[in-house]
Amino acid sequence: MPVIDVKNLSKIFGKNAKKATKYLDEGLSKEEILKKTGNTVGVNRASFSVEEGEIFVIMGLSGSGKSTLVRLVNRLIEPTEGSVIVDGQDLAKMDQKSLREVRRKKMSMVFQRFALFPHRTIAENAEFGLEVQNIDKEERRKKAAESLEMVGLKDYMHQFPGQLSGGMQQRVGLARALANDPEVLLMDEAFSALDPLIRKDMQDELLELQQSMKKTILFITHDLDEALRIGDRIALMNDGKIVQIGTPEEILINPANDYVERFVEDVDRSKVLTAEHIMKRPETVDIEKHGPRAALERMRKEGLSSIYVTDAKRNLEGYVTADDVSAAVKNDENSLKNILRTEVLQVDKGTPIHDIFAVIHDATVPVAVVEDGKLKGIIVRGAVIAALSGSEVSLNGDHS
Amino acid sequence: MGIIPEIPVAEWITAATEGIQEALAPIFTFLRDDFGDFIEVFAEDWLMGVPIWLFILVIAVLAFFATGKKFGLVAFTVLGLWFVANQGLWEELMNTFTLVIFASLISVIIGVPFGIWMAKSKPVESILTPVLDFMQTMPAFVYLIPAVAFFGIGMVPGVFASVIFATPPTVRFTNLGIRQVSGELIEASDAFGTTGAQKLLKVQLPMAKKTIMAGINQTVMLALSMVVIASMIGAKGLGQSVITALQRAQVGPGFVAGFGIVILAIIIDRFTQNLNTQRGDNP
Repeated sequence: MPVIDVKNLSKIFGKNAKKATKYLDEGLSKEEILKKTGNTVGVNRASFSVEEGEIFVIMGLSGSGKSTLVRLVNRLIEPTEGSVIVDGQDLAKMDQKSLREVRRKKMSMVFQRFALFPHRTIAENAEFGLEVQNIDKEERRKKAAESLEMVGLKDYMHQFPGQLSGGMQQRVGLARALANDPEVLLMDEAFSALDPLIRKDMQDELLELQQSMKKTILFITHDLDEALRIGDRIALMNDGKIVQIGTPEEILINPANDYVERFVEDVDRSKVLTAEHIMKRPETVDIEKHGPRAALERMRKEGLSSIYVTDAKRNLEGYVTADDVSAAVKNDENSLKNILRTEVLQVDKGTPIHDIFAVIHDATVPVAVVEDGKLKGIIVRGAVIAALSGSEVSLNGDHS
Repeated sequence: MGIIPEIPVAEWITAATEGIQEALAPIFTFLRDDFGDFIEVFAEDWLMGVPIWLFILVIAVLAFFATGKKFGLVAFTVLGLWFVANQGLWEELMNTFTLVIFASLISVIIGVPFGIWMAKSKPVESILTPVLDFMQTMPAFVYLIPAVAFFGIGMVPGVFASVIFATPPTVRFTNLGIRQVSGELIEASDAFGTTGAQKLLKVQLPMAKKTIMAGINQTVMLALSMVVIASMIGAKGLGQSVITALQRAQVGPGFVAGFGIVILAIIIDRFTQNLNTQRGDNP
């Protein structure tokens, strides 16, 4: 069951917003509705669900409605239509008191410009959410300290936000959100105001924290690289609409429309695509069953100069070259064991192409792709180059 | 002209004032007698009961700590207050000080809640803004007339007229200070599930403190500027010395009393400004 289930959520700004929703039904565009009614469509019928422990990224350029959408989820902005179901309760329809309870216990938010309270110390900022719940001072200070320790800022408890750098301030923002121990974290462009290097550190840190805390995270960003880096799934937004939802690979490999395609064009594919996407089905021989003659025959048929050798369970043993095999045939040997070469270049299924590139450069045989010792596929140099150049023909999982 | 007869505005206001006077008579009587007595006790028994040297010493020590352990204000306080005492105006100074304190306190007690109300509601803001403009631009002398009607002569009508004249800056600055708190901080507060009261007490008021204090500073200064005017209806103090000097065309005594007011103004102003620091401000 999803933790957050958003259905047909819309926001129309301006007077008589309900009337304008009729035009949404008729499928009119944002511009047409603005012309007809003077209302701005913020979010147009967004539906998505976020599973427990997932980082769900909502990605779009400025004006795409992503910041409005996240504010509809915790109702900082009142939705015009639609529902936000969290734990079976519809946030869009609940009274103010229940809404406060949800915000206090289930959902915390991290803001783009940190939004720390400048008149409160770091510790007082971190414990804000607990203070609001009237938890007594000692306990909330303890929890705030734990939370600050997680982000590595325990020593700064008595400083003021103005004394900290941007990256540190956002760690406090994160600690403040985590102190309540919420199920859901809403992160609105949380790293966008930081310089690129710090941003990357923060992304890594978030992923690392996520390993242990397993929160359900709704992450907003305008940066596709960031989305691909941290998202388990990504929703792409344009003009208030969600145009595609999928895993990073799905979005890169199968862009749903021109908009997404243009978007992903410039992505550094080498960091997103992995060995799995470009590997080929390997030709192999079984070390127990096949001798040099069988191996030579297979290689001649497939036009190979070497071939991988496995056992019956497809555990990788090594490879043999055509030269060695024909010598063995001449010498009338019956086993491949004597000519088996075991120094194999191997990579894991999840290795990014970027890293394979370095390995494959001076490889004389295709690189082996393994998972738990089993041979899953091979990668030839040409496939890496093809993938980097963006030709989709060579990519696995392309169902078009 | 004769088509539209003169509108009897003056009569209406007079009638309204009389109506208020009758309707609220018990309250006015209470304020005039009991509150009046209290002000007198405060000024004559408490303030004047303190030996002059001790009073100056206490203020000097407070000045020392209020200014962050610097000696400028301390020196000015000691010299200034000693000068007033030397000129034989100590009792007048204490009366004026009392008038300013009560007028300012009441202004703040009324002004801050109105400012908060104004910040929380757009309609209230649009109604109160012209009312505040009216209160501030109406010549202050005019307030003396209903003040006398309600409270007779003495300190109480002086405080009343001063409060009307001095309250607007506190209201305006409170409103402004709260509205200036950035939208993102308000969102952050809401996102953590604050109630309206929590948001006000934990975020808005602390963030607006500096602006509100600037408003209060102006209120105190306006209350002080009413001192001379209020003395026309019998409020005791340095203002009375000024008026007496004016009536007798005595330039010297007039200026000396004026110096007393200036000294008091500077001391109060520096005190309220120095107390106006915000936590978390970078020095």
